[in-house]
Amino acid sequence: MNQTVVDFPKNFKKALDDGQLRRNLRAAMDTLGLRRRTLFSDPEAFEQLRSRGDAIRRRALRQLPELLERLERKCTENGIRVHWAETPAEANQICLNIIQRHHATRVIKGKSMVSEEMHLNHFLEERGIEALETDLGEYIIQLDHETPSHIIVPAIHKNRDQIARLFHEKIPDTPYTEVVEELNAIARQVLREKFFAGEVGVSGVNFAVAETGTLCLVENEGNGRMCTTAPPVHIAVMGLEKVVERLEDVPPLLRLLTGSATGQLITTYFNMISSPRKPGEKDGPKEVHLILLDNGRSKIWADPELRQTLKCIRCGTCLNHCPVYTRLGGHAYGYVYPGPIGSILTPQLEGLDHAGTMATASTFCGACEEVCPVKIPITDILRRLRTESYNKADTPNAVKGHGHKVNVAESLTWKGWAFSNATPWVNALNAKLLGLLGPQLPKLPAPDLVKKWTQSRALPPFAAKSLHALAKEKGIADE
Amino acid sequence: MSDARANILARLRAVAPQETVAATELVAPPAAELDRAEKIAWLKRLMENMHAEVIVTDRHNWTTALKEIVRQRALNGLLYAPGTALGATLEAGWESDLPPLVGYTQEVEQSKERLFAIDAGITSTKGGLADVGALILWPDAAEPRLMSLAPALHIAVLEAAKIHDSLAVAMRQERWAAGMPTNALLISGPSKTADIELVLTFGVHGPKELIVLVLDD
Repeated sequence: MNQTVVDFPKNFKKALDDGQLRRNLRAAMDTLGLRRRTLFSDPEAFEQLRSRGDAIRRRALRQLPELLERLERKCTENGIRVHWAETPAEANQICLNIIQRHHATRVIKGKSMVSEEMHLNHFLEERGIEALETDLGEYIIQLDHETPSHIIVPAIHKNRDQIARLFHEKIPDTPYTEVVEELNAIARQVLREKFFAGEVGVSGVNFAVAETGTLCLVENEGNGRMCTTAPPVHIAVMGLEKVVERLEDVPPLLRLLTGSATGQLITTYFNMISSPRKPGEKDGPKEVHLILLDNGRSKIWADPELRQTLKCIRCGTCLNHCPVYTRLGGHAYGYVYPGPIGSILTPQLEGLDHAGTMATASTFCGACEEVCPVKIPITDILRRLRTESYNKADTPNAVKGHGHKVNVAESLTWKGWAFSNATPWVNALNAKLLGLLGPQLPKLPAPDLVKKWTQSRALPPFAAKSLHALAKEKGIADE
Repeated sequence: MSDARANILARLRAVAPQETVAATELVAPPAAELDRAEKIAWLKRLMENMHAEVIVTDRHNWTTALKEIVRQRALNGLLYAPGTALGATLEAGWESDLPPLVGYTQEVEQSKERLFAIDAGITSTKGGLADVGALILWPDAAEPRLMSLAPALHIAVLEAAKIHDSLAVAMRQERWAAGMPTNALLISGPSKTADIELVLTFGVHGPKELIVLVLDD
């Protein structure tokens, strides 16, 4: 896990100064936004659909412990082995044990944000196991030792020239080509051999159905099907919030997911897995494992407001519509989940003392909430996290790392402000002083905090006399 | 790791119920039911948008259309499922100038190389979805999962009468929740990606081509 505090302002500046990155992002985000709007062109129908998505996710979360047990029971009946992990370290260890039991060294992976959260690839590589990403975008960034910069399109920060150079340099005997079809063909050829030879397949889970013990996977490329069909062992990892109650909950969520993510009516493949290979069947993994990861989710769940974070279906549309994300890209955030959803999820998972700054990466324009397919109140939660940053009290629902921003200077300033506003003569005196000295303020050696504010903003001119004083002069009665 | 299970559930159970009143779940009124011709038309249009080739053909002579397709291409073989009705039909009228029919008869452990090398595979389907343009496949012992995945060309045979309005309708009418298969699939076209600059390209890891033969009366 990322133990250092991310230097957000520095990352921001670097991202903003990167013209190539900004051009790549702008084009991509506008396209994704347009495709989504085209698909959900009827606002009334969309509102109805997302109300249903919201209700389904709420119903699932309301019964979370029961549904997890039911999912476990149904999966077990079906022959899927269920494991529980409190931390990423535990989840990684469970994966490793399974892989080692099969003496496997070649793991092929479908796209999974939870496995990113676990830093599974790194963990396995340190132990001599190749963990190869097979989603094209994930494959590209893995070649370049990068992390995803977007939940849905992980290599969106790169353009074709950059990918062409990367393939030419990193894949043996590969000519330089900027033709996207040719780049795809190169990846297909390399990865087909890997699918053939893979000993264990790892995937994420988009929805897990408690009623039937079914793991649902949404994808376009077929690599997810390959990873969950060709190798003899399949390990699925999921955050424990991904469970839904009934099979009939799936169609509306599926529509919301593919429509919000990429403006697609449906993806090429929707893959529902309910058991390992049954006797007589000729392919499919002989073992299927499901790892349920908590990693702080049960704590988030305990708070009624924060719980709504867990409704997320990871469509990434809040990223595409965020004025901050679309200018920075995902890497500047410094954590696995970027953008609006990352800004509310990450501080809760990692602690405000580590990732609390992410909650400040918002203009509160509310675009993320407007497009969210399950109506997560993102701005309310952002405000809550900002408040929690100053909350010293150890209440049961206090967010991990709360109160990290509390400091003497700021507390004194606010106490002074409150005193001044509650005491008329002090207030009048302050107003007078500001009228006199205000225009001189920029010339004074200002503390860092003030400088940060004034270096990119013009100081408003201070009126010589306050409204209060002016009114008094005019003889207006004053309460 | 049983501790993790107990700890997680204990943490969840320690929380008092928060939302006791269930929100009303509004379900959009069902769209007017489509007739058979409309369903075929919708499915064809939407799947063709996704670069599948959809051929509506006569249920009695559909193999003629199939033979024409495979004849046009220099295929090294056609993977099929012997022992199924579809397989029997193919065997009955297969001509010697056509690419050889190759049965998926052994477990993947014994036949992986052949499965990854063969050019084409033909499968039946459980049904179709008109509203999104997709096929439903429930692979089984006779028609395994890799048949629709490993070969570069996937030919799927769909009976027009089995096209449903939507996934929700298919699930309800066929009572999927009462017993899900090992693997249920929806397929809306050949495999695709837009991971490089959002440029849509077809034929990444799964089939490069999908041809759907819709058997109509």
